Amino acid sequence: MAMLEVTSLGISFGGLRAVDELSMKIEEGGLVGLIGPNGAGKTTVFNMLTGVYRPTDGGIRLDGQNLIGKKPHDICKMGVARTFQNIRLFANLSVLDNVKTGLHNEITYTLAESLLHLGSYRKKEHAMDGRAMELLDVFGLGSVADYKAANLPYGKQRKLEIARALATDPKLLLLDEPAAGMNPNETEELMETIELVRKKFGVTVLLIEHDMKLVSGICEYLYVLNFGRLLAEGTPSEVLKNPEVVTAYLGE
Amino acid sequence: MSFLNHLINGISLGSIYAIIALGYTMVYGIAKMLNFAHGDVIMVGGYMCFCATTYLGWPPIAGVLLAVVVCTVLGVVIERLAYKPLRMAPSLAVLITAIGVSYFLQNAALLIWGSSTKSFSSVVGGDPIQLFGGQLTITRVTIVTIVACIVIMIALTLFTGKSKMGTAMRAVSEDKGAAQLMGINVNTTISLTFAIGSGLAAIAGVLLCSAYPTLLPTTGSMPGIKAFTAAVFGGIGSIPGALLGGILLGVIEIFAKAYISTQLSDAIVFAVLIVVLLVKPDGLLGKRVSEKV
Repeated sequence: MAMLEVTSLGISFGGLRAVDELSMKIEEGGLVGLIGPNGAGKTTVFNMLTGVYRPTDGGIRLDGQNLIGKKPHDICKMGVARTFQNIRLFANLSVLDNVKTGLHNEITYTLAESLLHLGSYRKKEHAMDGRAMELLDVFGLGSVADYKAANLPYGKQRKLEIARALATDPKLLLLDEPAAGMNPNETEELMETIELVRKKFGVTVLLIEHDMKLVSGICEYLYVLNFGRLLAEGTPSEVLKNPEVVTAYLGE
Repeated sequence: MSFLNHLINGISLGSIYAIIALGYTMVYGIAKMLNFAHGDVIMVGGYMCFCATTYLGWPPIAGVLLAVVVCTVLGVVIERLAYKPLRMAPSLAVLITAIGVSYFLQNAALLIWGSSTKSFSSVVGGDPIQLFGGQLTITRVTIVTIVACIVIMIALTLFTGKSKMGTAMRAVSEDKGAAQLMGINVNTTISLTFAIGSGLAAIAGVLLCSAYPTLLPTTGSMPGIKAFTAAVFGGIGSIPGALLGGILLGVIEIFAKAYISTQLSDAIVFAVLIVVLLVKPDGLLGKRVSEKV
Protein backbone atom coordinates (compact mmCIF):
# COMPACT_ATOMS: atom_id res chain seq x y z
CA MET A 1 0.00 0.00 0.00
CA ALA A 2 1.26 3.44 -0.88
CA MET A 3 1.96 5.86 1.97
CA LEU A 4 -0.03 8.70 0.44
CA GLU A 5 -2.97 7.89 -1.77
CA VAL A 6 -4.86 10.69 -3.44
CA THR A 7 -7.92 9.60 -5.39
CA SER A 8 -9.83 11.82 -7.86
CA LEU A 9 -9.27 14.86 -5.71
CA GLY A 10 -11.09 18.03 -6.71
CA ILE A 11 -11.92 21.45 -5.32
CA SER A 12 -14.05 24.32 -6.59
CA PHE A 13 -13.94 27.93 -5.50
CA GLY A 14 -17.32 29.21 -6.62
CA GLY A 15 -17.34 28.56 -10.35
CA LEU A 16 -13.61 27.97 -10.59
CA ARG A 17 -12.48 24.37 -10.68
CA ALA A 18 -8.99 24.77 -9.22
CA VAL A 19 -8.11 21.08 -9.07
CA ASP A 20 -9.96 18.30 -10.83
CA GLU A 21 -9.73 14.51 -10.81
CA LEU A 22 -6.21 14.39 -9.41
CA SER A 23 -4.91 10.96 -8.41
CA MET A 24 -1.45 10.37 -6.98
CA LYS A 25 0.36 7.58 -5.17
CA ILE A 26 3.53 8.11 -3.20
CA GLU A 27 5.46 5.17 -1.77
CA GLU A 28 7.18 5.36 1.57
CA GLY A 29 10.66 6.86 1.29
CA GLY A 30 9.95 8.34 -2.14
CA LEU A 31 11.01 11.75 -3.40
CA VAL A 32 8.33 12.96 -5.72
CA GLY A 33 7.92 16.25 -7.58
CA LEU A 34 4.73 18.12 -8.41
CA ILE A 35 5.35 20.50 -11.30
CA GLY A 36 3.32 22.62 -13.63
CA PRO A 37 2.97 26.18 -14.95
CA ASN A 38 1.99 29.04 -12.64
CA GLY A 39 -1.60 28.83 -11.51
CA ALA A 40 -1.87 25.11 -12.24
CA GLY A 41 -3.13 24.38 -8.71
CA LYS A 42 0.00 22.95 -7.10
CA THR A 43 -0.16 24.93 -3.87
CA THR A 44 -3.90 24.26 -3.72
CA VAL A 45 -3.05 20.54 -3.65
CA PHE A 46 -0.71 21.17 -0.69
CA ASN A 47 -3.42 23.16 1.06
CA MET A 48 -5.81 20.23 0.66
CA LEU A 49 -3.23 17.71 1.85
CA THR A 50 -2.63 19.74 5.02
CA GLY A 51 -6.29 20.46 5.76
CA VAL A 52 -6.17 24.20 5.06
CA TYR A 53 -8.75 23.70 2.29
CA ARG A 54 -11.42 21.05 2.38
CA PRO A 55 -11.64 19.27 -0.99
CA THR A 56 -15.00 19.36 -2.75
CA ASP A 57 -14.60 15.72 -3.75
CA GLY A 58 -12.14 12.85 -3.79
CA GLY A 59 -10.11 11.20 -1.08
CA ILE A 60 -6.75 11.55 0.67
CA ARG A 61 -5.32 8.69 2.69
CA LEU A 62 -2.09 8.62 4.65
CA ASP A 63 -1.09 5.07 5.56
CA GLY A 64 -4.70 4.11 5.00
CA GLN A 65 -6.08 6.79 7.35
CA ASN A 66 -8.50 9.32 5.94
CA LEU A 67 -7.34 12.97 6.06
CA ILE A 68 -10.43 14.65 4.61
CA GLY A 69 -12.22 16.90 7.09
CA LYS A 70 -9.40 16.78 9.64
CA LYS A 71 -8.09 20.00 11.18
CA PRO A 72 -4.63 21.21 10.08
CA HIS A 73 -3.15 20.70 13.55
CA ASP A 74 -4.49 17.13 13.68
CA ILE A 75 -3.09 16.34 10.23
CA CYS A 76 0.22 17.71 11.46
CA LYS A 77 0.07 15.29 14.39
CA MET A 78 -0.67 12.43 11.98
CA GLY A 79 2.63 13.12 10.27
CA VAL A 80 2.32 15.68 7.48
CA ALA A 81 4.51 18.78 7.66
CA ARG A 82 5.12 21.53 5.15
CA THR A 83 7.02 24.63 4.20
CA PHE A 84 5.60 27.61 2.36
CA GLN A 85 6.16 29.16 -1.04
CA ASN A 86 6.60 32.60 0.51
CA ILE A 87 8.45 31.97 3.75
CA ARG A 88 6.17 32.01 6.79
CA LEU A 89 8.49 31.82 9.75
CA PHE A 90 7.50 33.42 13.05
CA ALA A 91 9.61 36.46 12.23
CA ASN A 92 9.88 37.93 15.73
CA LEU A 93 10.60 34.65 17.48
CA SER A 94 14.15 33.40 17.87
CA VAL A 95 15.46 30.72 15.53
CA LEU A 96 15.36 28.26 18.43
CA ASP A 97 11.78 29.14 19.38
CA ASN A 98 10.67 28.69 15.77
CA VAL A 99 11.85 25.08 15.89
CA LYS A 100 10.31 24.65 19.34
CA THR A 101 6.86 25.50 17.97
CA GLY A 102 7.27 22.41 15.80
CA LEU A 103 8.04 20.32 18.88
CA HIS A 104 4.79 21.50 20.45
CA ASN A 105 3.08 18.12 20.39
CA GLU A 106 6.20 16.14 21.13
CA ILE A 107 6.56 17.08 24.74
CA THR A 108 3.64 17.45 27.09
CA TYR A 109 3.25 18.94 30.49
CA THR A 110 0.30 20.49 32.22
CA LEU A 111 -0.41 24.17 32.62
CA ALA A 112 -0.02 23.83 36.39
CA GLU A 113 3.45 22.34 35.98
CA SER A 114 4.58 25.25 33.84
CA LEU A 115 3.07 27.93 36.06
CA LEU A 116 4.56 26.45 39.19
CA HIS A 117 7.89 25.72 37.50
CA LEU A 118 8.08 22.19 38.82
CA GLY A 119 11.23 20.14 38.29
CA SER A 120 9.57 17.93 35.70
CA TYR A 121 8.71 21.04 33.69
CA ARG A 122 12.31 22.23 33.68
CA LYS A 123 13.50 18.81 32.62
CA LYS A 124 11.04 18.70 29.75
CA GLU A 125 11.81 22.22 28.59
CA HIS A 126 15.49 21.36 28.75
CA ALA A 127 14.91 18.24 26.65
CA MET A 128 12.99 20.36 24.15
CA ASP A 129 15.87 22.83 23.86
CA GLY A 130 18.21 19.89 23.29
CA ARG A 131 16.07 18.42 20.53
CA ALA A 132 15.68 21.79 18.85
CA MET A 133 19.43 22.46 18.97
CA GLU A 134 20.16 19.04 17.46
CA LEU A 135 17.89 19.85 14.54
CA LEU A 136 19.44 23.27 14.08
CA ASP A 137 22.92 21.75 14.04
CA VAL A 138 21.92 19.39 11.23
CA PHE A 139 21.13 22.46 9.14
CA GLY A 140 24.17 24.41 10.28
CA LEU A 141 21.96 26.89 12.12
CA GLY A 142 23.22 26.13 15.63
CA SER A 143 25.37 29.25 15.77
CA VAL A 144 22.42 31.56 15.04
CA ALA A 145 19.92 29.94 17.44
CA ASP A 146 19.40 33.19 19.37
CA TYR A 147 18.87 35.39 16.31
CA LYS A 148 15.44 36.64 15.44
CA ALA A 149 14.22 34.57 12.48
CA ALA A 150 13.61 37.75 10.49
CA ASN A 151 17.31 38.64 10.65
CA LEU A 152 18.54 35.48 8.92
CA PRO A 153 19.63 35.64 5.29
CA TYR A 154 17.17 34.22 2.80
CA GLY A 155 18.82 30.85 2.22
CA LYS A 156 19.00 30.20 5.96
CA GLN A 157 15.35 31.17 6.43
CA ARG A 158 14.46 28.48 3.88
CA LYS A 159 16.54 25.96 5.81
CA LEU A 160 14.96 27.01 9.10
CA GLU A 161 11.52 26.43 7.63
CA ILE A 162 12.53 22.89 6.74
CA ALA A 163 14.01 22.38 10.23
CA ARG A 164 10.80 23.68 11.83
CA ALA A 165 8.70 21.33 9.69
CA LEU A 166 10.94 18.38 10.62
CA ALA A 167 10.53 19.19 14.31
CA THR A 168 6.95 17.94 14.08
CA ASP A 169 8.42 14.48 13.32
CA PRO A 170 6.63 14.01 9.98
CA LYS A 171 6.32 10.93 7.81
CA LEU A 172 5.57 13.09 4.81
CA LEU A 173 7.31 16.40 4.17
CA LEU A 174 5.76 18.81 1.69
CA LEU A 175 8.13 21.44 0.31
CA ASP A 176 6.50 24.31 -1.58
CA GLU A 177 9.03 25.77 -4.04
CA PRO A 178 12.03 25.37 -1.75
CA ALA A 179 14.42 26.78 -4.37
CA ALA A 180 12.36 29.91 -5.14
CA GLY A 181 14.59 32.96 -5.21
CA MET A 182 17.79 30.98 -4.73
CA ASN A 183 20.91 31.38 -6.84
CA PRO A 184 22.44 28.29 -8.53
CA ASN A 185 24.89 27.71 -5.64
CA GLU A 186 22.16 27.88 -3.03
CA THR A 187 20.02 25.52 -5.12
CA GLU A 188 22.90 23.07 -5.28
CA GLU A 189 23.25 23.25 -1.50
CA LEU A 190 19.48 22.80 -1.10
CA MET A 191 19.54 19.62 -3.19
CA GLU A 192 22.14 18.22 -0.81
CA THR A 193 20.04 19.30 2.18
CA ILE A 194 16.96 17.53 0.83
CA GLU A 195 18.93 14.32 0.22
CA LEU A 196 20.36 14.57 3.73
CA VAL A 197 16.96 15.12 5.30
CA ARG A 198 15.57 12.12 3.51
CA LYS A 199 18.34 9.83 4.67
CA LYS A 200 18.74 11.15 8.18
CA PHE A 201 15.06 11.52 9.09
CA GLY A 202 13.63 8.81 6.82
CA VAL A 203 10.88 11.06 5.55
CA THR A 204 8.98 10.82 2.31
CA VAL A 205 9.18 14.08 0.34
CA LEU A 206 6.73 15.68 -2.05
CA LEU A 207 7.95 18.95 -3.50
CA ILE A 208 6.63 21.66 -5.76
CA GLU A 209 9.33 23.23 -7.87
CA HIS A 210 9.96 25.26 -11.01
CA ASP A 211 13.70 24.76 -11.07
CA MET A 212 14.08 21.94 -13.62
CA LYS A 213 17.66 21.30 -12.61
CA LEU A 214 16.54 20.51 -9.07
CA VAL A 215 13.53 18.52 -10.20
CA SER A 216 15.42 16.34 -12.67
CA GLY A 217 18.38 16.10 -10.32
CA ILE A 218 16.69 14.64 -7.25
CA CYS A 219 13.08 13.62 -7.92
CA GLU A 220 12.38 9.98 -8.65
CA TYR A 221 8.93 10.52 -10.04
CA LEU A 222 6.99 13.53 -11.30
CA TYR A 223 3.38 14.56 -11.54
CA VAL A 224 2.63 17.40 -13.96
CA LEU A 225 -0.38 19.58 -13.27
CA ASN A 226 -1.92 21.95 -15.82
CA PHE A 227 -5.14 23.94 -15.26
CA GLY A 228 -5.86 21.78 -12.23
CA ARG A 229 -5.69 18.51 -14.13
CA LEU A 230 -3.03 15.86 -14.29
CA LEU A 231 -1.23 16.32 -17.60
CA ALA A 232 1.44 13.64 -17.28
CA GLU A 233 3.29 11.49 -14.78
CA GLY A 234 6.43 9.39 -14.83
CA THR A 235 10.17 9.55 -14.26
CA PRO A 236 11.76 12.97 -14.88
CA SER A 237 13.37 11.93 -18.16
CA GLU A 238 10.06 10.59 -19.51
CA VAL A 239 8.03 13.54 -18.38
CA LEU A 240 10.37 16.28 -19.55
CA LYS A 241 10.45 14.75 -23.05
CA ASN A 242 6.65 14.56 -23.20
CA PRO A 243 5.55 17.01 -25.95
CA GLU A 244 2.38 17.99 -24.01
CA VAL A 245 4.46 19.02 -21.00
CA VAL A 246 6.82 21.03 -23.16
CA THR A 247 3.84 22.78 -24.76
CA ALA A 248 2.28 23.56 -21.36
CA TYR A 249 5.48 25.21 -20.19
CA LEU A 250 6.67 26.90 -23.38
CA GLY A 251 3.52 27.30 -25.46
CA GLU A 252 3.00 26.08 -29.01
CA MET B 1 5.63 63.08 53.17
CA SER B 2 2.19 63.36 51.62
CA PHE B 3 3.95 63.20 48.25
CA LEU B 4 5.35 59.78 49.17
CA ASN B 5 1.94 58.70 50.39
CA HIS B 6 0.31 59.70 47.10
CA LEU B 7 3.07 57.99 45.15
CA ILE B 8 2.54 54.69 46.97
CA ASN B 9 -1.22 54.91 46.51
CA GLY B 10 -0.69 55.71 42.85
CA ILE B 11 1.57 52.71 42.36
CA SER B 12 -0.97 50.51 44.12
CA LEU B 13 -3.88 51.72 41.98
CA GLY B 14 -1.61 51.45 38.96
CA SER B 15 -0.80 47.85 39.86
CA ILE B 16 -4.50 47.02 39.66
CA TYR B 17 -4.73 48.76 36.27
CA ALA B 18 -1.65 46.84 35.14
CA ILE B 19 -3.14 43.46 36.10
CA ILE B 20 -6.34 44.30 34.21
CA ALA B 21 -4.38 45.71 31.27
CA LEU B 22 -2.60 42.35 30.93
CA GLY B 23 -5.89 40.74 30.00
CA TYR B 24 -6.54 43.34 27.29
CA THR B 25 -3.05 43.21 25.94
CA MET B 26 -2.70 39.41 25.84
CA VAL B 27 -6.05 38.90 24.16
CA TYR B 28 -5.25 41.65 21.68
CA GLY B 29 -1.83 40.18 20.97
CA ILE B 30 -3.18 36.71 20.26
CA ALA B 31 -6.75 37.04 19.03
CA LYS B 32 -6.28 40.56 17.58
CA MET B 33 -9.49 41.75 19.22
CA LEU B 34 -10.42 44.23 21.92
CA ASN B 35 -12.38 42.43 24.59
CA PHE B 36 -14.44 45.24 26.05
CA ALA B 37 -16.24 42.79 28.32
CA HIS B 38 -12.98 42.36 30.23
CA GLY B 39 -13.83 45.15 32.68
CA ASP B 40 -17.07 43.42 33.63
CA VAL B 41 -15.28 40.18 34.38
CA ILE B 42 -13.57 42.17 37.16
CA MET B 43 -16.97 43.03 38.57
CA VAL B 44 -18.05 39.38 38.47
CA GLY B 45 -14.85 38.50 40.36
CA GLY B 46 -15.69 41.10 42.98
CA TYR B 47 -19.25 39.79 43.47
CA MET B 48 -18.06 36.18 43.67
CA CYS B 49 -15.61 36.99 46.44
CA PHE B 50 -18.26 39.13 48.16
CA CYS B 51 -20.84 36.32 48.08
CA ALA B 52 -18.36 33.74 49.33
CA THR B 53 -17.14 35.80 52.27
CA THR B 54 -20.36 37.60 53.23
CA TYR B 55 -23.17 35.13 52.50
CA LEU B 56 -21.33 31.84 52.86
CA GLY B 57 -18.90 32.97 55.52
CA TRP B 58 -15.90 31.52 53.72
CA PRO B 59 -12.41 32.71 54.64
CA PRO B 60 -11.07 35.46 52.33
CA ILE B 61 -8.55 33.23 50.58
CA ALA B 62 -11.32 30.78 49.60
CA GLY B 63 -13.32 33.75 48.29
CA VAL B 64 -10.40 34.82 46.12
CA LEU B 65 -9.99 31.28 44.78
CA LEU B 66 -13.70 31.02 43.96
CA ALA B 67 -13.53 34.36 42.12
CA VAL B 68 -10.53 33.20 40.10
CA VAL B 69 -12.12 29.87 39.18
CA VAL B 70 -15.48 31.38 38.21
CA CYS B 71 -13.89 34.18 36.16
CA THR B 72 -11.51 31.81 34.37
CA VAL B 73 -14.43 29.62 33.34
CA LEU B 74 -16.50 32.69 32.45
CA GLY B 75 -13.71 34.03 30.22
CA VAL B 76 -13.41 30.74 28.34
CA VAL B 77 -17.20 30.44 27.97
CA ILE B 78 -17.52 34.02 26.67
CA GLU B 79 -14.81 33.32 24.11
CA ARG B 80 -16.41 30.05 22.99
CA LEU B 81 -19.97 31.36 22.71
CA ALA B 82 -19.52 34.96 21.63
CA TYR B 83 -16.15 35.39 19.90
CA LYS B 84 -15.20 32.01 18.42
CA PRO B 85 -18.08 31.96 15.90
CA LEU B 86 -16.81 35.35 14.69
CA ARG B 87 -13.20 34.28 14.12
CA MET B 88 -13.49 34.99 10.39
CA ALA B 89 -15.78 38.02 10.76
CA PRO B 90 -14.62 41.61 10.31
CA SER B 91 -13.12 43.11 13.46
CA LEU B 92 -15.95 45.63 13.80
CA ALA B 93 -18.46 42.79 14.32
CA VAL B 94 -16.27 41.33 17.08
CA LEU B 95 -15.93 44.74 18.73
CA ILE B 96 -19.69 45.26 18.81
CA THR B 97 -20.18 41.75 20.17
CA ALA B 98 -17.70 42.54 22.95
CA ILE B 99 -19.67 45.65 23.90
CA GLY B 100 -22.82 43.52 23.86
CA VAL B 101 -21.24 40.95 26.19
CA SER B 102 -20.22 43.80 28.49
CA TYR B 103 -23.80 45.07 28.78
CA PHE B 104 -25.05 41.52 29.18
CA LEU B 105 -22.77 40.93 32.16
CA GLN B 106 -23.68 44.25 33.79
CA ASN B 107 -27.39 43.62 33.44
CA ALA B 108 -27.11 40.03 34.57
CA ALA B 109 -25.37 41.30 37.71
CA LEU B 110 -28.13 43.87 38.16
CA LEU B 111 -30.74 41.09 38.01
CA ILE B 112 -28.89 38.81 40.41
CA TRP B 113 -27.54 41.25 42.98
CA GLY B 114 -29.78 44.29 42.49
CA SER B 115 -28.79 47.90 42.10
CA SER B 116 -27.93 48.65 45.70
CA THR B 117 -24.33 49.19 46.63
CA LYS B 118 -22.75 46.28 48.43
CA SER B 119 -20.00 47.09 50.85
CA PHE B 120 -17.07 44.83 50.28
CA SER B 121 -14.97 43.84 53.26
CA SER B 122 -11.30 43.81 52.39
CA VAL B 123 -9.71 40.40 51.90
CA VAL B 124 -6.58 41.70 53.58
CA GLY B 125 -7.17 42.32 57.26
CA GLY B 126 -4.95 44.04 59.80
CA ASP B 127 -4.17 47.61 60.77
CA PRO B 128 -2.39 49.99 58.42
CA ILE B 129 1.36 50.17 58.85
CA GLN B 130 2.63 53.41 60.40
CA LEU B 131 6.00 54.71 59.32
CA PHE B 132 8.03 57.80 60.30
CA GLY B 133 6.15 58.24 63.55
CA GLY B 134 2.71 58.13 61.97
CA GLN B 135 3.45 60.54 59.14
CA LEU B 136 3.20 57.81 56.53
CA THR B 137 0.41 55.23 56.69
CA ILE B 138 0.24 52.38 54.26
CA THR B 139 -2.68 49.97 54.27
CA ARG B 140 -1.92 46.31 53.97
CA VAL B 141 -4.05 46.03 50.81
CA THR B 142 -1.71 48.51 49.14
CA ILE B 143 1.28 46.31 49.87
CA VAL B 144 -0.48 43.09 48.86
CA THR B 145 -1.59 44.73 45.59
CA ILE B 146 1.90 45.85 44.64
CA VAL B 147 3.43 42.48 45.55
CA ALA B 148 0.71 40.59 43.63
CA CYS B 149 1.36 42.73 40.57
CA ILE B 150 5.10 42.07 40.66
CA VAL B 151 4.63 38.31 41.14
CA ILE B 152 2.10 38.11 38.30
CA MET B 153 4.36 40.08 35.96
CA ILE B 154 7.36 37.83 36.60
CA ALA B 155 5.34 34.63 36.30
CA LEU B 156 3.71 35.75 33.06
CA THR B 157 6.96 36.94 31.50
CA LEU B 158 8.56 33.56 32.27
CA PHE B 159 5.49 31.74 31.02
CA THR B 160 5.27 33.48 27.64
CA GLY B 161 9.01 33.65 27.16
CA LYS B 162 10.13 30.20 28.21
CA SER B 163 7.37 27.61 28.24
CA LYS B 164 6.14 25.71 25.23
CA MET B 165 2.61 27.04 25.63
CA GLY B 166 4.02 30.55 25.78
CA THR B 167 5.97 29.87 22.60
CA ALA B 168 2.77 28.56 21.00
CA MET B 169 1.00 31.79 22.04
CA ARG B 170 3.67 33.94 20.44
CA ALA B 171 3.57 31.79 17.32
CA VAL B 172 -0.24 32.11 17.06
CA SER B 173 0.07 35.85 17.58
CA GLU B 174 2.41 36.10 14.58
CA ASP B 175 0.79 33.74 12.09
CA LYS B 176 -2.25 31.63 12.96
CA GLY B 177 -2.13 29.65 9.73
CA ALA B 178 1.51 28.66 9.98
CA ALA B 179 1.12 27.87 13.69
CA GLN B 180 -1.73 25.50 12.91
CA LEU B 181 0.40 23.70 10.35
CA MET B 182 3.09 23.24 13.00
CA GLY B 183 0.55 21.24 15.02
CA ILE B 184 -0.51 24.02 17.36
CA ASN B 185 -4.20 24.00 18.20
CA VAL B 186 -5.11 27.66 17.66
CA ASN B 187 -8.49 27.43 19.42
CA THR B 188 -6.97 25.90 22.55
CA THR B 189 -4.28 28.57 22.57
CA ILE B 190 -6.85 31.38 22.32
CA SER B 191 -8.95 29.76 25.08
CA LEU B 192 -5.88 29.57 27.29
CA THR B 193 -5.24 33.27 26.72
CA PHE B 194 -8.78 34.16 27.74
CA ALA B 195 -8.51 31.88 30.76
CA ILE B 196 -5.32 33.56 31.99
CA GLY B 197 -6.64 37.08 31.29
CA SER B 198 -9.93 36.43 33.08
CA GLY B 199 -8.30 34.73 36.05
CA LEU B 200 -6.11 37.81 36.45
CA ALA B 201 -9.20 40.02 36.13
CA ALA B 202 -10.70 38.21 39.14
CA ILE B 203 -7.61 38.96 41.21
CA ALA B 204 -7.73 42.59 40.07
CA GLY B 205 -11.42 42.74 40.97
CA VAL B 206 -10.84 41.48 44.49
CA LEU B 207 -7.92 43.87 45.03
CA LEU B 208 -9.88 46.81 43.59
CA CYS B 209 -12.87 46.15 45.84
CA SER B 210 -10.58 45.70 48.83
CA ALA B 211 -9.04 49.12 48.23
CA TYR B 212 -12.28 50.90 47.22
CA PRO B 213 -14.90 48.88 49.09
CA THR B 214 -18.06 49.56 47.11
CA LEU B 215 -19.48 47.01 44.74
CA LEU B 216 -21.99 47.79 41.97
CA PRO B 217 -22.84 46.10 38.66
CA THR B 218 -20.95 48.94 36.96
CA THR B 219 -17.91 48.70 39.22
CA GLY B 220 -15.79 47.15 36.49
CA SER B 221 -16.51 49.47 33.62
CA MET B 222 -14.44 52.54 34.54
CA PRO B 223 -11.38 50.59 35.74
CA GLY B 224 -11.80 48.45 32.61
CA ILE B 225 -11.67 51.49 30.34
CA LYS B 226 -8.73 52.92 32.26
CA ALA B 227 -6.85 49.63 32.06
CA PHE B 228 -7.53 49.52 28.34
CA THR B 229 -6.12 53.04 28.20
CA ALA B 230 -3.10 51.82 30.15
CA ALA B 231 -2.59 48.96 27.69
CA VAL B 232 -2.67 51.37 24.74
CA PHE B 233 -0.51 53.84 26.65
CA GLY B 234 2.21 51.23 27.20
CA GLY B 235 1.89 49.71 23.74
CA ILE B 236 -0.90 47.21 23.20
CA GLY B 237 0.30 43.63 22.78
CA SER B 238 3.31 44.18 25.06
CA ILE B 239 3.37 42.70 28.59
CA PRO B 240 5.98 45.12 30.04
CA GLY B 241 4.02 47.87 28.29
CA ALA B 242 0.90 46.94 30.27
CA LEU B 243 2.89 47.18 33.51
CA LEU B 244 4.45 50.53 32.65
CA GLY B 245 1.19 51.97 31.29
CA GLY B 246 -0.80 50.78 34.30
CA ILE B 247 1.58 52.16 36.91
CA LEU B 248 1.97 55.51 35.14
CA LEU B 249 -1.77 55.86 34.75
CA GLY B 250 -2.38 55.08 38.42
CA VAL B 251 0.24 57.57 39.58
CA ILE B 252 -1.01 60.31 37.25
CA GLU B 253 -4.60 59.75 38.44
CA ILE B 254 -3.73 59.93 42.14
CA PHE B 255 -1.50 62.99 41.68
CA ALA B 256 -4.17 64.72 39.62
CA LYS B 257 -6.70 63.99 42.38
CA ALA B 258 -4.36 65.20 45.10
CA TYR B 259 -2.84 68.30 43.53
CA ILE B 260 -5.19 69.49 40.80
CA SER B 261 -8.81 68.47 41.11
CA THR B 262 -10.75 65.40 42.13
CA GLN B 263 -13.43 66.02 39.52
CA LEU B 264 -10.96 66.61 36.72
CA SER B 265 -8.70 63.65 37.49
CA ASP B 266 -10.23 61.34 34.89
CA ALA B 267 -10.14 64.07 32.25
CA ILE B 268 -6.47 64.64 33.00
CA VAL B 269 -5.72 60.91 32.71
CA PHE B 270 -7.29 60.71 29.28
CA ALA B 271 -5.69 63.99 28.16
CA VAL B 272 -2.28 62.47 28.96
CA LEU B 273 -3.20 59.45 26.86
CA ILE B 274 -4.07 61.68 23.90
CA VAL B 275 -0.78 63.54 24.17
CA VAL B 276 1.23 60.32 24.39
CA LEU B 277 -0.51 58.83 21.38
CA LEU B 278 0.08 62.01 19.36
CA VAL B 279 3.80 61.81 20.07
CA LYS B 280 4.19 58.02 20.07
CA PRO B 281 1.28 56.43 18.21
CA ASP B 282 2.34 52.87 19.11
CA GLY B 283 2.44 53.55 22.85
CA LEU B 284 5.48 53.80 25.08
CA LEU B 285 6.84 50.28 24.48
CA GLY B 286 4.92 49.47 21.30
CA LYS B 287 6.75 48.17 18.28
CA ARG B 288 6.77 50.31 15.20
CA VAL B 289 6.00 47.97 12.34
CA SER B 290 6.94 49.39 8.99
CA GLU B 291 5.30 47.78 6.01
CA LYS B 292 7.57 46.44 3.33
CA VAL B 293 6.82 48.17 0.06
